[in-house]
Amino acid sequence: MKQKDLILYSGLIILGLAAPFLFSAFKVQLTYLCVLIVLAMTWNLQGGEMGYNSFGNILFYGLGMYLTASVQVGMFFPLAEWTESGGEKTFVHTTAQYFQGIGVGLLVAAIIPTIVAGAIGYAILGLRGHYFAICTLGLGIAAGEIAGGIEIIGAGQGFTTPPFPAEIVDPEARGQFFYFLSFLVLVVAFVFVKYIYGSRFRLILNAIRDNEDKAEAMGIQTMKYKIVGWMCSAFFCGLAGGIMGGLIGYIDSTDVAFDGREMGVFMVLMAILGGKGTLWGPIIGATLFHFFKEGLWTFILGWQYVALGVLIVVIVVYFPEGLMGWLREKYPERFGEVIDEKDRKAQVELK
Amino acid sequence: MLMVQASLDGILLGILFALIAYGMALQWGVMNIINIAQGDLVILGGYIAYTMYLAGIHPAWGVIVSPIIMFFVGWALYKLVINKVVDRDLFISILATFGIAIVFQQLMNFIFGADVVVAQSEYGTTMLFDNSVTLPNSKIFSAFISVLYAIALVVYMKKSRLGRAIRATAQNARAAKILGVDTEKVYAATFGINAALCGIAGALISITLTLHPYVGLPYTVRSFMIVIVAGLGNLPAVAISGMGLGLFEEFADYILGTEFRIGAVFMLLVFILVYRRFKLSKKREYLK
Repeated sequence: MKQKDLILYSGLIILGLAAPFLFSAFKVQLTYLCVLIVLAMTWNLQGGEMGYNSFGNILFYGLGMYLTASVQVGMFFPLAEWTESGGEKTFVHTTAQYFQGIGVGLLVAAIIPTIVAGAIGYAILGLRGHYFAICTLGLGIAAGEIAGGIEIIGAGQGFTTPPFPAEIVDPEARGQFFYFLSFLVLVVAFVFVKYIYGSRFRLILNAIRDNEDKAEAMGIQTMKYKIVGWMCSAFFCGLAGGIMGGLIGYIDSTDVAFDGREMGVFMVLMAILGGKGTLWGPIIGATLFHFFKEGLWTFILGWQYVALGVLIVVIVVYFPEGLMGWLREKYPERFGEVIDEKDRKAQVELK
Repeated sequence: MLMVQASLDGILLGILFALIAYGMALQWGVMNIINIAQGDLVILGGYIAYTMYLAGIHPAWGVIVSPIIMFFVGWALYKLVINKVVDRDLFISILATFGIAIVFQQLMNFIFGADVVVAQSEYGTTMLFDNSVTLPNSKIFSAFISVLYAIALVVYMKKSRLGRAIRATAQNARAAKILGVDTEKVYAATFGINAALCGIAGALISITLTLHPYVGLPYTVRSFMIVIVAGLGNLPAVAISGMGLGLFEEFADYILGTEFRIGAVFMLLVFILVYRRFKLSKKREYLK
């Protein structure tokens, strides 16, 4: 690792650790930001690198959310009675139970979606291009509709996740706990994605994106790598969902968990805004998007979805390469690309 | 008798779905875009008829007014956004129209409110088999109108100058351009016709089913499903698979319960895609 990188990363980690104390009023927003970055970064892994544009990663996010809450409750109390109205008032988690529950819950929330991705991967990833996009869109919405009909996880009336233990009196504790949890996941996700960016695995994913048939002809078992790529995304989506469930404190099947209209689109949009297929693109995209959203949402109350829709159209139509793609075109040297001056001049003349 | 009830309901509903799917197939075949906002155009068309109903005009007139308005909505939409995504990757068109869908949903929510509404046609119901099967006349009316418009459209596409230009562009846009077809105009007209079809379907839905700003997406998915089963530009197949979908939905409704109806539709989409993928992969091909 170069010295410049070392300074950058240690600076970012110190900033991340200090952030909840520096901006203590915005802890929830910062947690959101961490989760959004994780979602965008892992979406990019298979959307940007592998070229499989999924609308369905929300499936793993919602699954993780429900699993964390169910495990957290189910470990100590009967789940069915909890989700009946008022159950969360009859049963109270002790501090130890709460943290044990959420720990095991997050573990399950990471593992089960990964297994699900592996299980359905063979069937779904055989679809290409827009068929894959539409199929995953259907999968995400179907999951929301079906979850809304299952009684034991609260059906249409929702699922209240265990409240933060009342024995901890410090009012800052809840926000700090969830912030550091999400920050930890963010750091792990970043290290993981960075490792993938330096590995052969990424080259294989890129080969699949650029020409799957040729990649297959070269002897790459594309299906295997596609499934692994999707499982990586699912792992972090599940974790992110579990954290968000605890943070929001209430799970609704279509508006919070399988929220294809918000989170499901956000993760695609953030990755595209920053630049698909780059390491820093989704991070920058998510940060910009979050600032834009939080800054603007309150001023245009009620019109936020209109703004969101217009934003999607504008980004997708005029800015499909994203911020990093734009920078890359402007300063190719910075990205380690060598431009042949003669070739460039010839192209300008051709125009 | 429940079976007969469900079958009749399903078939009549399916004809309506087939009309929407025909618009989907048209724009997909001609312009190579997938329009996620299709369902929202339908709902908008329905709200036009509902507005007429509120103003005291019989909502059935919506099947004439709504397509005219929707044609211009579609035309404007094409000029604003769609023309920039026509030659691009299909995923771009999916995302862009997804954005349009969100805008439409929210604007309809502002203008018409978030309540579930229905325009009363007061056509009454037909009782069959000793009153054990009830069939609202509005459903029969809507199926009849759908068939009428579908026939009119097929004749128009076969005979008229614009119809010929559209078919030529669908076959080979470049060759059509060389031969003097203004493809830009053809695209705009195609999208307008598609929106008009959505308008008719919406007006019919406003009297047979219910309207709500956020129920557009299931209609998009239904029409997408019908198109991938039937193929592009195969009208009899579109009609048959539309009816099949209607039947499936009504039976899913009876067997699984109403709360799983939409879920069943989306799961069917997944299953159809996966089924076709396995079928094609035996020949080492994939869905294109």
